[in-house]
Amino acid sequence: MPYIPHTAKDIEKILKAVGAGSVEELISQLPAASRLKGPLAIPDGLSEQELLGHMKALSSKNSTVEEYSSFLGAGAYNHYIPSVVDAIISRSEFYTSYTPYQPELSQGTLQAIFEYQTLVCQLTGMDVANASLYDGATAVAEACLMAKRITNREGIVLANALHPEYRETVATYLTGTGDHLSTIDYSATTGATSLDAIESAISDKTACVVIQHPNFFGSLEDIEAIAGVVHKKKALLVVAVTEAVSFGLLKSLGDCGCDIAVGENQSFGNSLSYGGPYLGFMATKTEFIRQMPGRLIGQTVDKEGRRAFCLTFATREQHIRREKATSNICTNHGLCALAASVHMVSLGSGGLRKLAALNLSKAEYLKKKLKESGVEAAFTSPTFNEFTVKVKGSPDGVLKKLLEKKIIGGLNLEKYYPELGNHLLICATEMNSKEEMDALAAALK
Amino acid sequence: MESNGTKGLVLDEPLIFEKSSPGRVGIGPAHSDVPESDPKKTLGQKFLRDDIEGFPDLSEMDAVRHYTRLSQWNFGLDSGFYPLGSCTMKYNPKINEAASRLPGFAQLHPYQPEDLSQGALELMHSLEAYLSEITGLEAVTLQPSAGAHGELCGLLMMAAYFKAKGKPRTKIIIPDTAHGTNPASSHLAGFKVVPVKTEGKGALTVEMVKAVMDEDTAGLMLTNPNTIGLFEKNIKEIAEVVHSKGGLMYCDGANLNAIMGLVKLGDIGVDVVQLNLHKTFSTPHGGGGPGSGPVCVGKALEPYLPCPRIKKENGKFSLDFNRPKTIGRMKSFYGNFSIMVRAYSYIRRMGGVGLKRATEAAILNANYIKERLKGTYHLAFDEPCMHEAVFSDKFQESCGVSTMDIAKRLIDYGYHPPTVYFPLVVHGAIMIEPTETETIDTLDRFIDVMKTIAEEAKTNPQILKEAPTKTKIRRVDETRAAREPILRWKK
Ligand SMILES: Cc1ncc(COP(=O)(O)O)c(C=O)c1O
Repeated sequence: MPYIPHTAKDIEKILKAVGAGSVEELISQLPAASRLKGPLAIPDGLSEQELLGHMKALSSKNSTVEEYSSFLGAGAYNHYIPSVVDAIISRSEFYTSYTPYQPELSQGTLQAIFEYQTLVCQLTGMDVANASLYDGATAVAEACLMAKRITNREGIVLANALHPEYRETVATYLTGTGDHLSTIDYSATTGATSLDAIESAISDKTACVVIQHPNFFGSLEDIEAIAGVVHKKKALLVVAVTEAVSFGLLKSLGDCGCDIAVGENQSFGNSLSYGGPYLGFMATKTEFIRQMPGRLIGQTVDKEGRRAFCLTFATREQHIRREKATSNICTNHGLCALAASVHMVSLGSGGLRKLAALNLSKAEYLKKKLKESGVEAAFTSPTFNEFTVKVKGSPDGVLKKLLEKKIIGGLNLEKYYPELGNHLLICATEMNSKEEMDALAAALK
Repeated sequence: MESNGTKGLVLDEPLIFEKSSPGRVGIGPAHSDVPESDPKKTLGQKFLRDDIEGFPDLSEMDAVRHYTRLSQWNFGLDSGFYPLGSCTMKYNPKINEAASRLPGFAQLHPYQPEDLSQGALELMHSLEAYLSEITGLEAVTLQPSAGAHGELCGLLMMAAYFKAKGKPRTKIIIPDTAHGTNPASSHLAGFKVVPVKTEGKGALTVEMVKAVMDEDTAGLMLTNPNTIGLFEKNIKEIAEVVHSKGGLMYCDGANLNAIMGLVKLGDIGVDVVQLNLHKTFSTPHGGGGPGSGPVCVGKALEPYLPCPRIKKENGKFSLDFNRPKTIGRMKSFYGNFSIMVRAYSYIRRMGGVGLKRATEAAILNANYIKERLKGTYHLAFDEPCMHEAVFSDKFQESCGVSTMDIAKRLIDYGYHPPTVYFPLVVHGAIMIEPTETETIDTLDRFIDVMKTIAEEAKTNPQILKEAPTKTKIRRVDETRAAREPILRWKK
């Protein structure tokens, strides 16, 4: 049997030691009435060679974003992952260990995640960051719960230009503890959330306002101005970022007055993998640490005074506080955080800035090309590597035609925003060549 | 007793930020094939940032050395025996890693057309069917990211079920042996936790549940086998009590590896269970995730499963969003797909028979440890166990030695300690879960070491108090970490 090393002799020896005549006798502790009578209806086991063949065959029923030119973003971004990332996260000392409960045996994970927390603080301009959350959507949900605890208020105001699946996740998370949810619309001209709409959506019952930046349509939001409006009502501003490469260019959220920065770090080092696992991040101000969900790594010393790291502020967490914990999260996305760190570090500050600038250049080029084809950007706000266009004809029809040319042309927005019939969300990254973009523009003419 | 822990050259390594040299370039991005866009002009200065203060600049090789050295300060399952109770540190097959990295799985965008994703959807559909077969429950969602996330999902479905009946229920019963995530998830789902004290009995009795189950109570959240490693023998009768009051049985399935192929949860009255693919189904723990926490439910809860579900019609797979009663979504997209690939790969390699063999071998190994250590360490419950055995430091206390000291001493002998101080109901708990993938030779050596440590506790307790001494660092000052928090590097 694969992975089970017991020989007949081993089993005999164990049975003798435990005083049982047979394996069946040992498991007779299970009430007979509960026992499964027959075998599991699951196919017989495969040899490793057969299994790999089977997995290859199954995987080849999919088409990848390498075989097609893909212009999809919308919360999952196709970026180049340097070879060092897989080399490091494939080290089994990292990937086969558990959550670092025993610090003397886990300094590698602990220091790496402490560094990751620091990198997230540097990118966001916030004071502290946690070790990770599941993904961007759950990070936003956790931020809303956290804002409720901090402010003792109930109201959660979500920008309509926040990723629709994030909004749905927030709604699900809030059903248990009270869903005083409302949304603020975006401006049909700029594609950004308008200040007036925000102002009229907040009351003295609002715990937080959640804004995505760049938002779901790709439009940049005026975070500084929004922070002013939100803080006037003593509510908190939560800013969600789905495309973390934008950190390389865009003003840090801390500098813009954000209180809780959350989002998705998949863009760094984590493959698309049909939607997961990705990497939720959360960073905030020092004063809010005790209300933060998730694991935190802290620096300390060992008994001989050497620098050392360990899990800390555990009194916020479920294994100590049980139902009074700040969150139920236990296992997080540690290895994804390591992958993100390795990618960030291998880019360095200069590389990250260049990568972000390259993404901007690609998207601007594509925008220009599409315009030449008569496909106009739908909104006026500046954008980073993703933008919304209006196409001629039904978007599904347009996308289908593009598929024939091996192009995945973007996301049909109508499904999420009925008012945006004929609109596509299009993303260009460093993975999209000039030829690909030219081909897309030509096909849309 | 000779120690496995020996000397090796362990290199010091500063924080990555301390190795940085401004201007040094690691792996730059690709050359551009399009005209450069000037961010100042395109976006405007007000949107732009200054330099990223403190962000590290290293050569590629220095970055690789940095992380390689860090990895060498870690102890993984591949390094040695890792009997962490409740965590199921079974071997993580390498073929699963290879499979998950196949481009046809790794390079799929979640929003690419279903026609281009038939293999992924088929894999998920099959995995759902296997998990349904293993648990005896009709329907499965693969969306939740981990055990706790699955718990929340299952509990929200229960809440939705009662709400739809027009009679929302406010409470949930949880025994004191439960994992901390159970009450935390219940609270988040809006339930008030009604704790049940098992009073050192090991198993829950029908009376205990009868005393608290009423028609305001959504049901019982039970871990089976429980965290003491014992099968809840009265589960069928308990389920009857819960059901008779209109309630539902939630099972925390983190310990499914002890009953897979022997008992189907659906057959014994369970209505909803979350599974930890990163335990029972051999996917790696990654130093703290990512995992995957599918939820399996019976017919009554099926309409409430998160959206989307995977549908098969005329041999074609699709995502079904038309689910009016759904609780909504637990996260973006469809779940931790690359973890599902690994779990699927494990199930196909093992086959139905192999899965059952794994369960039996896990039980054999745990009982072997239990029997051979029970005179040396105090056994919390002296009865046949399932996949893990819970001891305590009761016999060693008089020597002034605690569970923590025993755990730290194990490190010097080259072992990862068991889970300690959990479950909370056992004072000074030492929870040992060997798993089925360990040889009896490994168990024998571990047992000998545990016995040696018990001797040392009597003759030389100081050696336990000082442990570990062979690791890169000695015991850390956790109090200081909390009192004088340093949560990030600063210049
Ligand atoms: C019994 C039990 N329940 C629930 C969990 C939570 O699972 P996760 O850490 O994947 O959220 C765990 C493990 O941590 C566990 O051991």
